[in-house]
Amino acid sequence: MIDAKNISKSFGDQQILRNISFHFEEGKTNLIIGQSGSGKTVLMKCLVGLYDVDEGDIEYDGRSYSKLSFKKKKKIRQEIGMLFQGGALFDYMTVEENIMFPLSMFTRESYEEKLKRVNFCLERVNLEGQNALMPSELSGGMIKRVAIARAISLNPKYLFCDEPNSGLDPQTAGVIDELISEITHDFNMTTIVNTHDMNSVLKIGENIAFINQGELWWTGNKISVLKADNTVLNDFIFATELTKRLK
Amino acid sequence: MLQVFRKPDKGKMFGKQLMVEFQNLGVDSIGIVAVISTFMGAVVAIQTAYNIDNPFIPMTMVGFTTRQSVILEFAPTVISLILAGKVGSRIASEIGTMRVTEQIDALQIMGVNSANFLVFPKVIAAVIFNPILVIFSMFLGLAGGWLACISFGLVSSADYIIGIQSWFEPYTVFYALIKTIVFAYLIVTISAYQGYSISGGSLDVGNASTKGVVYSSIFIILFNLILTQLLL
Ligand SMILES: Nc1ncnc2c1ncn2[C@@H]1O[C@H](COP(=O)(O)OP(=O)(O)OP(=O)(O)O)[C@@H](O)[C@H]1O
Ligand SMILES: [Mg+2]
Repeated sequence: MIDAKNISKSFGDQQILRNISFHFEEGKTNLIIGQSGSGKTVLMKCLVGLYDVDEGDIEYDGRSYSKLSFKKKKKIRQEIGMLFQGGALFDYMTVEENIMFPLSMFTRESYEEKLKRVNFCLERVNLEGQNALMPSELSGGMIKRVAIARAISLNPKYLFCDEPNSGLDPQTAGVIDELISEITHDFNMTTIVNTHDMNSVLKIGENIAFINQGELWWTGNKISVLKADNTVLNDFIFATELTKRLK
Repeated sequence: MLQVFRKPDKGKMFGKQLMVEFQNLGVDSIGIVAVISTFMGAVVAIQTAYNIDNPFIPMTMVGFTTRQSVILEFAPTVISLILAGKVGSRIASEIGTMRVTEQIDALQIMGVNSANFLVFPKVIAAVIFNPILVIFSMFLGLAGGWLACISFGLVSSADYIIGIQSWFEPYTVFYALIKTIVFAYLIVTISAYQGYSISGGSLDVGNASTKGVVYSSIFIILFNLILTQLLL
C-alpha cells in the first residue's frame, strides 16, 4: 500500500496539486481519474519520486519515501514498475533486451535465468516469441504490452500505469485493462492507474480518486461512482454520448 | 553534472554500453575524418608551395610547413570541430529524444542513475577514440599533402619527405592530443547536457541538437586559444 499525505506541488507560481491525501490499497487496482490537465501525471510522478513534492509525504508500506537518501530511494525504486504514457521503451534495444534490462542492471542472474524470466513476462502479456522485434516494429498496443512486461520483470510490489490505454481502440484497451487487473491480483501488487477512460473506470476501478484542478474532489469505487451526487464528477463521467444515454 | 561521474551501477552493463559508443561515436566517424584530412593536407601543401616563390627558401619547407600546420592545428582543431557537428548533434538528439519520450524517466524509475548510464560511456569513448582519430588524421593529412605535391609537380617526393622529417618535436603531437582530449570532453558533455535538460516536445530535440553543435564549437575555439597559450 502507498499513502499520499497532504501532497502539494507547484511549478513556478502555478500550483498543480493542492493538499492531496489518499490511501492506495494493496492487491487492488487504484485509479486516479480526472480531466486532461487536472494533474494526474504530475501526481503519479510525485508518487514515484520523479518530481519532488513541495509539501507532504509519501509512504511505501510505512516507509517514508520523500525523506529518504538517494541510496535508500534506489532500493524502493527497484520495487516499483512503471508504465509510461508513451511506453518509453528503449528504442535501440529489442523487445527481449528491453525486458531484460532491469534484470541485467540489478540481478546477478545468468543469461538463461534472465531469458526464462523474460519469456515468462512476455507470455503474461500474450507476446510469446516476439523477443527479436525492435520497438519501431511494434503497434501501439504491443508497445504498451511490452512496457508492462518490462515493468513487471523485477516482480515489483508497486505498479504505476500512466494512461495505459490512451490511443488504443476500445477492444485492445479492454485487453490491457484486464491484463493490469490480473497481474495486480495474481501478484498482490499495489497498482495505481491514471485514466480518463470511463470504460476502465467501470471495469477495474476498485478504489478511485477523482482529481479536479489539482484537488482531490471525490473518492469511491466503480459502483459508487455511478451514484455519486457530485456535479463535477457527474459531468466527467457522463460526458460521452454513450454514458449519457445509459443514464 | 556530478552524477555523471559516479561509479557505474553495474560494470558489465557499462562495458557493453562503452562498446556501443565506440562504434557510434568513433568507428562511424572514420570515413569522414579520412576524407577531410586527406583534402586538408593537400590544400595546405599546395598553398604553401604557391607562396614560396623566393629561390632562397628550399622546397623542403613545403613538407615542413604542412606537417606543422596539420599536427598543431588542422588535425586536432578542425577534426574536433567536424566531430562536434557529427557527434555532438547525434548525442544531443539521442539523449533529447530519450528525454521527451520518457525513456530517461523510465531509467530513473528503475533506480538507474540515468546521467551516469547515458553520458559516462560517451565521455570515455570520445576521450579515448578522438585522439586515435586525430592521429589517423595527421597521417592522412601528410599523405594528402604528399599526393598533391607529386601529382601537381609542385615539390619532389624526396624534398617533401625530407621536409616533413626536419626539426620534428614530439611535443607538438603531445600538445595536439591534449587539445583533442579536452575538445572531446567538451563536445560530449555540452551536447549531452543540451539533450538531457530538454523539457517539452520533439521540436525541442532539434533545438537542443543545434545548440549542442553551436556551443561545443564555440567552446572548442575558446579552449583552443587558452590551451595554446598554456601549452606552447
Ligand atoms: N514539468 C512541468 N512544468 C510545468 N508545468 C507542468 C509540468 N508538467 C505538467 N505541468 C502542468 O501541470 C498541469 C497538469 O498536467 P498533467 O500532465 O498532470 O495532466 P494530466 O492530468 O496527466 O493530463 P492528461 O490526461 O492530458 O495526461 C498542466 O497544466 C501542465 O501544464
Ligand atoms: Mg497525463
